[in-house]
Amino acid sequence: MATSPKLDAKIPEGPLQEKWTRYRSTVPLVNPANKRNLEIIVVGTGLAGASAAASLAELGYKVKAFCFQDSARRAHSIAAQGGINAAKNYQNDGDSVYRLFYDTIKGGDYRAREANVYRLAEVSANIIDQCVAQGVPFAREYGGYLSNRSFGGTQVQRTFYAAGQTGQQLLLGAYSALMRQVALGQVQMFARHEMLNIVLIDGKARGIIARNLITGELERHFGHAVILASGGYGNVFYLSTNAMGSNATAIWKAHKKGAFFGNPCFTQIHPTCIPVSGDHQSKLTLMSESLRNDGRIWVPKKLEDAKAIREGRLNPNDIKEEDRDYYLERRYPAFGNLVPRDVASRAAKERCDAGYGVNATGEAVFLDFAYNLKYKYGMMEANRLGIKNPTEQQLKELGRPIVEEKYGNLFDMYKQITGVDPYENPMMIYPAVHYTMGGLWVDYNLMTTVPGLYALGEANFSDHGANRLGASALMQGLADGYFIIPYTIGAYLSNEIRTKPISTNHEAFVQAENEVKDQINRLMSIKGKHTVDHFHKRLGKIMWNKCGMSRNAKGLQEAIQEIRSLREEFWKDVKVPGTDKEFNPELEKAGRVADFLELAELMCIDALHRNESCGGHFREEYQTEDGEALRDDANFSYVAAWEFKELGNWELHKEELKFENIKVAQRSYK
Amino acid sequence: MKITLKVWRQKNKQDAGHFETYQLDNVSPDMSFLEMFDVLNEKLISEGKEPVAFDHDCREGICGMCSMYINGRPHGPLRGVTTCQLHMRSFKDGDTIVVEPWRSTAFPVIKDLTVDRSAFDRIIQAGGYISVNTGSARDANNILVPKENADKAFLAAACIGCGACVAACKNASAMLFVAAKVSQFALLPQGQIERKQRVLNMVKKMDEEGFGNCTNTGACEAECPKGISLENIARMNREYICAALTSEK
Amino acid sequence: MAKGMFSYSIGKKLIMGLTGMFLILFLIVHCGINSLIFLNDGGETFNRAAEFMSHNWLMRTLEVGLFLGFILHIIQSLILTLENKKARKIGYAVSNANANSKWYSRSMGLLGTLILIFLILHLRHFWVVSRFTDHISSGEETLYDEMKEVFANPIVVIIYVLAQISLAYHLMHGFQSAFQTLGLNHKKYTPIIKKIGTIYAIIIPLLFALMPIVMYLGIVK
Repeated sequence: MATSPKLDAKIPEGPLQEKWTRYRSTVPLVNPANKRNLEIIVVGTGLAGASAAASLAELGYKVKAFCFQDSARRAHSIAAQGGINAAKNYQNDGDSVYRLFYDTIKGGDYRAREANVYRLAEVSANIIDQCVAQGVPFAREYGGYLSNRSFGGTQVQRTFYAAGQTGQQLLLGAYSALMRQVALGQVQMFARHEMLNIVLIDGKARGIIARNLITGELERHFGHAVILASGGYGNVFYLSTNAMGSNATAIWKAHKKGAFFGNPCFTQIHPTCIPVSGDHQSKLTLMSESLRNDGRIWVPKKLEDAKAIREGRLNPNDIKEEDRDYYLERRYPAFGNLVPRDVASRAAKERCDAGYGVNATGEAVFLDFAYNLKYKYGMMEANRLGIKNPTEQQLKELGRPIVEEKYGNLFDMYKQITGVDPYENPMMIYPAVHYTMGGLWVDYNLMTTVPGLYALGEANFSDHGANRLGASALMQGLADGYFIIPYTIGAYLSNEIRTKPISTNHEAFVQAENEVKDQINRLMSIKGKHTVDHFHKRLGKIMWNKCGMSRNAKGLQEAIQEIRSLREEFWKDVKVPGTDKEFNPELEKAGRVADFLELAELMCIDALHRNESCGGHFREEYQTEDGEALRDDANFSYVAAWEFKELGNWELHKEELKFENIKVAQRSYK
Repeated sequence: MKITLKVWRQKNKQDAGHFETYQLDNVSPDMSFLEMFDVLNEKLISEGKEPVAFDHDCREGICGMCSMYINGRPHGPLRGVTTCQLHMRSFKDGDTIVVEPWRSTAFPVIKDLTVDRSAFDRIIQAGGYISVNTGSARDANNILVPKENADKAFLAAACIGCGACVAACKNASAMLFVAAKVSQFALLPQGQIERKQRVLNMVKKMDEEGFGNCTNTGACEAECPKGISLENIARMNREYICAALTSEK
Repeated sequence: MAKGMFSYSIGKKLIMGLTGMFLILFLIVHCGINSLIFLNDGGETFNRAAEFMSHNWLMRTLEVGLFLGFILHIIQSLILTLENKKARKIGYAVSNANANSKWYSRSMGLLGTLILIFLILHLRHFWVVSRFTDHISSGEETLYDEMKEVFANPIVVIIYVLAQISLAYHLMHGFQSAFQTLGLNHKKYTPIIKKIGTIYAIIIPLLFALMPIVMYLGIVK
């Protein structure tokens, strides 16, 4: 297999450990006086976008930052709960840059680019330094030092956290850095603006068309370079843990203008979410993976017990220990409840499909804290207080405050949503769409196949392969924004110092704006019978059933047809109320769903072409005898980068993945 | 469940606005409050009417975007909960629920229940940060923070910037929001260097934005979905007094 | 000191808190001296104390401060109230503020106004008489006699009692609020301050309210 000539990853020469250092020492620079004349557009203000916008502004570039929310602080990075990984080895437990690199490549089922991942692991430590300096209140030990915990797919403790609100604290750090630059006049902030098209001049990205969501006016913005940090596309499934507004429009418009889409079918299904409660459901809520540190996952061993629980005749607390199937501990003794997300999700699905599901819909398993609450924390406290032979009740009372301190906010949230107290009863959880590893294809510089167009964070495909490890999304977003793009963008902009700002009256701007106008006019003029949500929900069902946790060729072929006809129906029958010259959330949604309806097809095409199982992509036809994912390294050790030709027609380009520093093996957590 | 909704409708900033009454017959107690609004909007659209515009995004209580004043209280009847996490099981069959936007001169209504909270961003711009450029930080464990202070700083930093404190306060004061940020940095060694200027600038900006004054009623703390403590306001007062008295400007 | 320290919201509040605390201290002195009437000695001790207070230069100076304190407290509260009204030009149709705060904490302006009206009456009854007429200085009558005279009128007694209720609620919030405004908040001490505040807000107005009552009923002669 050879890499397509259209895909030059621009990986620096030299040994893996030296690539980034060498690159930084040799990359062309832009002098400070020239930086002042260079304008950069950043779309999205999550961890990647906010950190990039702030860092580039600190360097002296003129930055324009855009977000569709009412404030940059609301980007969905804020909802990340568990933590952020960094190879600090503060715990003296054998962590290193190489080990973080190794865990990430292995966790991603050997479908990520070595050089990018190694660089990620290298800068991970700097992120923690930067965030602490910004005043991010990470959890600490009594001695004042930073505290760590463990996450799935690793055997060291390298996750830094701030209770169950790590994403929030990190984002507020990046947001405050961004606000500082806004105050200094280095960044112009455009909140409640949505990017609806990209402007190319002579093949280079030169600006965007954005809609002012309050007035409905379309605006043209010029930039010497454009950075997309607009997040993932999990909302293609309608129900996901993403925010309601999370969307693919920015990257999809870029894709249609020439940016290749990498591995679109790689979606992560998070194992621990609150199960669906009914048709009215608008989103799914995640329960942090950190809960798997102390929660044990199980279903009843006996089918009749599972049935009795489903029908409400049996209380799970009454099931005897020997009648419980701790299936993760049984199948994966080495990692137990802390296997990676894809493995945990599939195992839950396997048990539920076999009839052991424990809620009314049959799609839930237990996440139980009783054991560790009593015998780990309760016993610890009893020993500390010198209580001999404590009773069960005593252990429960002693352990509770410790569990409360660790997971209190998550437990409260669970109770709020379900009405069930997780201190008394085991939680019920089920996998849900959470993250998309796929995204715009980028090279080592994080540049897409369109010159001057960059993709950062979840919006690119780069670091997580076919499955992302917990607490690595925050790491990647901030690595891209704080420590990578400030260097790599120089490689491009050093050749742009003679480019004067281009007038937004340029015909390319006019044309791009007209494309947007046309789409809006089309949407407004259909005046059909069904709401946008109606179509979105139907799309979600197709995707969840046929391109979700497990996929097969037949289902995917059907899905492609179903998506095409749903798309056709959408463009004939959608109903968008109001006008386009006002604040109109329905129109915003309609544009986003229109893009999902196209992206969904590409996801299915990608899933169909990848005749192997790897990470989050599980093809039923390709599994081992005991139901594990069966990779095909001989034929599929590549990144699938799709080039948009026309709707329904994509050309596949392959970037071969070479593993020179890691031995490719069957991924095992047993 | 059957629910009667009285919802504030206002076409845009200039419009005077009025209440509209809607009936919903099929409300499930498991729905979140916003999911009930989804149902209402679906119904309005299918009847050829304008749906209600309201802010929302993460729907898991952390982004701070949702902002409804429900039956006379921001985020509704429960404590420590945002509108998106409020579920219909907190209401009774047959209830009438009055829903209004946040009311504050500093938060003008954009449409229906959507308000403009950019004043908060401008307050943060006035000093809600530590001036550290990317790349200049030293090793994280070189800065030690007593656990107690780190925990307190975290509790203050947990503010989601939703504005419920302003909505709840009879004076539409933003003291709790500002105090949370001032406190977070005042409690940490990293925040010491800009400590004085920060509080002076942020308070000045807060006043300029047109928020009212604090009269210590405690409504903000009671309604804050993240339970940010009044202790932070006292700390900010302290910070302000010290900074103002010792300032050389 | 920062320029305009007292022109920003916290500065203005600081003036409210400081003057409030000063007035709280004054109330202790005032109440302490007046409570001497409960000795029921025909006002002898009370009159002596009153005599001392009115002829002591320090007290006379403090009296000026006291008036200034009152005036500052009142003017500042008016400014703050106007500003606060401006901060919410359009109010809520439905408000359930009782769910998040005490009614009296939200009614300081109203309670203060009632106290102010009472204060004018009160000054007219005693301060004007003792300072601007020669009733007392001439030895024609004592301040104690004056009290008995004023409190012979049942309507005055009722007004005084109602005013003390207003004062009680004003203090109930004001006492601990002043500490909060000055930034004096502490995990251990604040609950104690709040308790002391409540006790103070009950005892002082109660003693004041008892004075007209006992005189009217002739319990104190």
